[in-house]
Amino acid sequence: MSAIAFPAPDAGILARRDAILAGLSALVAPDALITSEDERRPYETDALTAYRRMPLAVVLPSTTQEVAAVLRYCAEAGVPVVPRGAGTSLAGGAIPQEDAVVIGVSKMNRILEIDYANRIARVQAGVTNLAVTGAVSADGFFYAPDPSSQLACSIGGNIGMNSGGAHCLKYGVTTNNVLGVTLVMLDGSIVDIGGGHLDAPGYDLLGLIVGSEGQLGIVTEATVRILRQAEGARPVLFGFPTSVEAGAAVAAIIGAGIIPVAMEFMDKPAIEICEAFAHAGYPMDCGALLIIEVEGSEAEMDAQLARIVAIAREHGVGTVKESRSAMETAAIWKGRKSAFGATGRIADYICMDGTIPTGQLPFVLERMDEIVKGYGLRVANVFHAGDGNLHPLILYNCNDPDEAQKAEQAGNDILKLCVEVGGCLTGEHGVGIEKRDLMTVQFNEADLHQQMRVRAVFDPRWLLNPAKVFPLEGRIAA
Amino acid sequence: MLHTPSTEAQACAVVASIVAARVPLAIRGGGTRTGLGRPDNAVSTLSSAGLTGITLYEPAEMVIGARAGTPLKLIEETLAERGQMLPFEPMDHRAVLGTEGEPTIGAVAAGNISGPRRINAGAARDSLIGVRLINGRGELVKSGGRVMKNVTGLDLVKLVAGSFGTLGFLTEVTFRVLPRPERVVTLIWEGLSDEAAVTLLSAALGSPFEPMAAAHLPGGIGADEARTLLRLENFTASVGYRAAELARLLKRHGRPELVEGRASETLWREVRDAAVFAGTQEAVWRLSLAPSHGPRATAAIARAVPGARWFYDWGGGLIWLAVPAEGDAGAAAIRAALKPLGGHATLVRAPDAVRASVPVFEPLAEPLMRVSAGIKKSFDPAGVFEPGRMYAGV
Repeated sequence: MSAIAFPAPDAGILARRDAILAGLSALVAPDALITSEDERRPYETDALTAYRRMPLAVVLPSTTQEVAAVLRYCAEAGVPVVPRGAGTSLAGGAIPQEDAVVIGVSKMNRILEIDYANRIARVQAGVTNLAVTGAVSADGFFYAPDPSSQLACSIGGNIGMNSGGAHCLKYGVTTNNVLGVTLVMLDGSIVDIGGGHLDAPGYDLLGLIVGSEGQLGIVTEATVRILRQAEGARPVLFGFPTSVEAGAAVAAIIGAGIIPVAMEFMDKPAIEICEAFAHAGYPMDCGALLIIEVEGSEAEMDAQLARIVAIAREHGVGTVKESRSAMETAAIWKGRKSAFGATGRIADYICMDGTIPTGQLPFVLERMDEIVKGYGLRVANVFHAGDGNLHPLILYNCNDPDEAQKAEQAGNDILKLCVEVGGCLTGEHGVGIEKRDLMTVQFNEADLHQQMRVRAVFDPRWLLNPAKVFPLEGRIAA
Repeated sequence: MLHTPSTEAQACAVVASIVAARVPLAIRGGGTRTGLGRPDNAVSTLSSAGLTGITLYEPAEMVIGARAGTPLKLIEETLAERGQMLPFEPMDHRAVLGTEGEPTIGAVAAGNISGPRRINAGAARDSLIGVRLINGRGELVKSGGRVMKNVTGLDLVKLVAGSFGTLGFLTEVTFRVLPRPERVVTLIWEGLSDEAAVTLLSAALGSPFEPMAAAHLPGGIGADEARTLLRLENFTASVGYRAAELARLLKRHGRPELVEGRASETLWREVRDAAVFAGTQEAVWRLSLAPSHGPRATAAIARAVPGARWFYDWGGGLIWLAVPAEGDAGAAAIRAALKPLGGHATLVRAPDAVRASVPVFEPLAEPLMRVSAGIKKSFDPAGVFEPGRMYAGV
């Protein structure tokens, strides 16, 4: 694939590479600066592997002060910077460019403080999402956002992309679960925004930073909310004859005022792929599967489930299968969360991420199928149905340039469809490079200019993650 | 001069003329929160009174959109008819500010106005999923949308929530909504000290029994005896079970009384609206801090500011504080008390002269002040929208 353009590398910067490396080496420990081609290679892409750019250098600082020193140096030298968490972005948010220095936070991976009385944890940005929950789960707590990549992805990256997960129907996404950050600004100044309290004075800068895709500064620490685990949780599998009936059931459940903690959708191709991988006990005789998880007291779970089952029956559900043990529950979620990895074993795919009003689900599912078939490709759907966040996986062969291009076109058509029915280009993966050139589908010039003017307050020279989010054409300075 | 546009196009034209004339402009919804913030020097007023009506209500998608001047009351009634509600229980400022009029949905967004449910369901900013506003270039700008996961590009919705009109004139807002709970009960423990109460609330909020609101009213605040409150909301059977479990978990603090229906609603409305401080001559502060630090903050303030009275919401993390409206209304002492604890203080009610001389919102660190001024300028280059309402120069 090569449809998405990168800015032409600045020849002046490339020519100054040796001097820049020397400058950086004075600022960080020797093992924190990566310059050889072999060692830089793992940083040339992220989870959008179709695009690769070898960065000028990679810096892996150990402290906020080192991040500040490197950022200040790059700003003064006019060198672009691409912040990086764990490099699991599906939208290409962490893909570098040839004239940029990658600043990775992977060495900043300590949990600094756990405070149960105030239900917060203070962590460094390189801590993985799952490690936060891991640090508090023995005491009955958890960190709510749970992206599929939670074993690998970092809190810093989650903040950059405002990541979600399967359970945000009840608990919200990253922006609803972060109370404070330490942010290093482009000029090297270090600021604390928010903290252990529930709101901060002045403009909601924290709300602006979350989801800003590394364009406003580099987050090195975060204060996140930790929540007490529910009394119990029960995932239930609902097998429907077709996707359309499953989609209609989702809309009806939400419409009846029922908010299960998670409501995940899989179509037939996704069920087959995930079951073969995880042996989760998914029903194989259905056209679409909903994994609906209820949680809370036994009384609450019983009440919710009874209503959900009644609605599912009205929509022609075939199989209803409740988890009977912790092992079954783990298998059900393992199957769902490994969907992307399992798909990757059978084909190359691009994972789309758009959002639609839930009432549009049946229509959009049919239409997506037509779109992808129109390009002669296959699609597997696995997504967060409760909040209308679609993740169609478009399957293709990356060694066939024609197919690769068609897959990208099909993906673009699907995202445009999301906007047409009243949704958004992205749910939880961010814009990155992947959806950058589609921003004009959702926003007009005034909308985009206002966003760019806010961006310019932090980075007037387009040095921070400059290839991302905003179309390369039509950019404004401030 | 009062401008009351009835369309977005008219509002754009008004703003363009105001910007050309560089006239400081006050933005007005129902007028129930005027006086919140630093005193203004506005010579013109732009009202949302002509922009009313619900534009989108999809109960099945749990979303409601309305023009900014729509009365909050209409939104709440419309939602109630379908068994739904705003998730964040917005405070009504009329009691504590002594104002009249009808609060509007636009002002709820512009002020990020939340209430006791904030601890569990988030603030107004967490439920606000889309805005349309007119910036200081006279351009209509939209951000967010009508779906829950709404952020594409920079999240301008968050910036607008809580900007008190300083970034632009909201014309339309969209919120996510939630189903109303089947049953609501409040557990009340009596006679606890502040420390014991916050310990109780913290244990409850760290339990799996999901309190949706948690407050403590010390003795003399609305009743002689101190009262510690926890509110449960859920399916009927679940609420009964959880009330019993909480009573068991917290039994060392005594046996709670259980109230529901109107008695429970009244109690929480008084907490939400800081109604106990209505109509007095005192200055009123709102302090936000980590909950377990609440009692230490109030103890320090009590030593420095004679006559201070307070109560706690948000499990101890929100303190409503009334002090004599003399001198700096306790500003220096209150902010000094918070300094070692973290958190911040907002002067919600005080005479104009005090609010003109004391920072109403907590002063920001220099780089953040610089960023805030830059953001203001990016929306409002001529500096006409509510100039200085939050900070001098913003």
